[in-house]
Amino acid sequence: MQPLASIAPGELARRARLVRQRDLEMVYAAGLGHLGSEFSATDILVTLYLGILRVDPADPNAPDRDRFVLSKGHSAAALYSTLAEAGFIEIDELSTFMKPLSRLNGHPDRNKVPGVETNTGPLGHGLPVAVGMALAARMDGSSRRVYALTGDGELQEGSMWEAAMAAGHFGLDNLVAIVDRNRLQQGDGTEQTIRLEPLAEKWTAFGWAVREVDGHDHAALLDVFRAVPFTRGRPNLVIAHTHKGNGVSFMRDGVAWHHKVPNADQIELARAELRGEA
Amino acid sequence: MSAQAATGPELFDCRDAFTGALIDLARADSRVVAVVNDAVGSTKLGAFKQEFADRFVNVGIAEQNLVSIGAGLANGGRIPFVCGAAPFLTARALEQIKVDAAYSNTNVKLVGVSSGVAYGQLGPTHHSIEDVAWLRAIANLMVVVPADPAETDQAIRAAHRHVGPVFIRTSRMPVPSVHEAGYRFAFGKAARLRDGKDVTIIANGVMVARALEASDRLAGEGIAARVLNMSTVSNLDREAILAAADETGGIVTAEEHTVRGGLGGAVAELVSVECPVRMRILGIPGVFAPTGSAEFLLDHFGLTADGIGAAARELVRRRSPS
Repeated sequence: MQPLASIAPGELARRARLVRQRDLEMVYAAGLGHLGSEFSATDILVTLYLGILRVDPADPNAPDRDRFVLSKGHSAAALYSTLAEAGFIEIDELSTFMKPLSRLNGHPDRNKVPGVETNTGPLGHGLPVAVGMALAARMDGSSRRVYALTGDGELQEGSMWEAAMAAGHFGLDNLVAIVDRNRLQQGDGTEQTIRLEPLAEKWTAFGWAVREVDGHDHAALLDVFRAVPFTRGRPNLVIAHTHKGNGVSFMRDGVAWHHKVPNADQIELARAELRGEA
Repeated sequence: MSAQAATGPELFDCRDAFTGALIDLARADSRVVAVVNDAVGSTKLGAFKQEFADRFVNVGIAEQNLVSIGAGLANGGRIPFVCGAAPFLTARALEQIKVDAAYSNTNVKLVGVSSGVAYGQLGPTHHSIEDVAWLRAIANLMVVVPADPAETDQAIRAAHRHVGPVFIRTSRMPVPSVHEAGYRFAFGKAARLRDGKDVTIIANGVMVARALEASDRLAGEGIAARVLNMSTVSNLDREAILAAADETGGIVTAEEHTVRGGLGGAVAELVSVECPVRMRILGIPGVFAPTGSAEFLLDHFGLTADGIGAAARELVRRRSPS
């Protein structure tokens, strides 16, 4: 149950492009999805699943596996596309995304999809559950780690700060929270809606060890995850600076692309850009 | 802890049965963990904390986190008993109960203490009279309202054996034992505590002792009132309810809960479709309670042997006018 410890950043970039391409087709076919938030999170997901997590698609419930929690559950298509790339589900199944009776619901269901640890969708659930997972690992005396990917707008939920306070108090250095800091939420910028900054200082004040990273730089992401624990006795917080819709020029940093679906012209342009042709 | 009422039977606080069972389970099974929201005293978990400090998680005054952390512990193979005062556990953390426990199908055991109007004079903020309605509306969640210490003890042990989410609602009001020695609790199985053919009283929790008293008084008037302890509200014992409807022709439900959507509502949903009979639903009548002790409030709302008896008598009279 070892990750591909030696995977090269260039290989991660290639695989991330495949994950985005499939994600685009899933959302286009379904006519529903959250491409903007998915493309901001894709490089983080791919780096974790292909380079960091000690998980085994052949034994997805192995007791001592690392845990990954998608706290921002609306990025489900990016998670499914990554799980397919990592071998947890068949690539062919991705085309069933949000189709009637598909396992691939608009938000992930652990009882249906191997590799999903807890059901998310309403914001503010994943990180608190991850705190419980990290406590369980510590009770077991296990070296397994727990990773939770949160949105930045999601940090407006009070339950996230309950979790932040608890993890800091318990000193859970086996817990890694990654904030997908794309600076946009559904309707506007985070700072225009309800201000999050100074974000690093807030987490530091809650007892976390904080690092900031370019959330689209696979080498930098590998480095930061390999540096865990940043400080012994403190939970780890990675502020991943990202761009909503990253990878497709007309989606990038566009608030409208939170849950917009491309039209017939836009899909061709997006496909071309993700193939590296435009 | 037990208290001797002036003239009645010995009375017990079911929280003691809960913590006693939990400590037994924790001694036998290292997976058992207690998770609590600061309320170590009101959940009576002090002794557990003493003996199992490494399996005791106090999340502070944070009920959403309380349930979510429980779900995370369950993901790690633990069997968490997530304990808090019922009003805060169920209302504040309702979405966590729905998503992290029930929909995620995690092995979380939720224990709501001081339910119903047990907090009395502290007022409606502290009354938990909607919890059964909220929680029984959620799929894949067992909802149990034990009546006495023996049943509380067994419900806690059954929850430990069952793989999946369970909510157990306990009071802090002193109650007498209502079951014979040797009673065996099972999820979804009602206990018939009195036989009868004229009318049925279906109760749970602190109301069971009152239902028995009502039945005994009715017997003196020649009315044979069956009494069912319907401790599992979700899922109901359909067979026992339909047999009661068919064989006794009238049902009174009695619960320490609003009349909107609790035990009475659950029974009515079944009976009205499968075997319609006249019903009376006794509970808190859709209002915030006035100031008063728990005992006062139960009397105030007619949740007494007298109130149950009157409703049963009326059903019998209306069925056989003479």
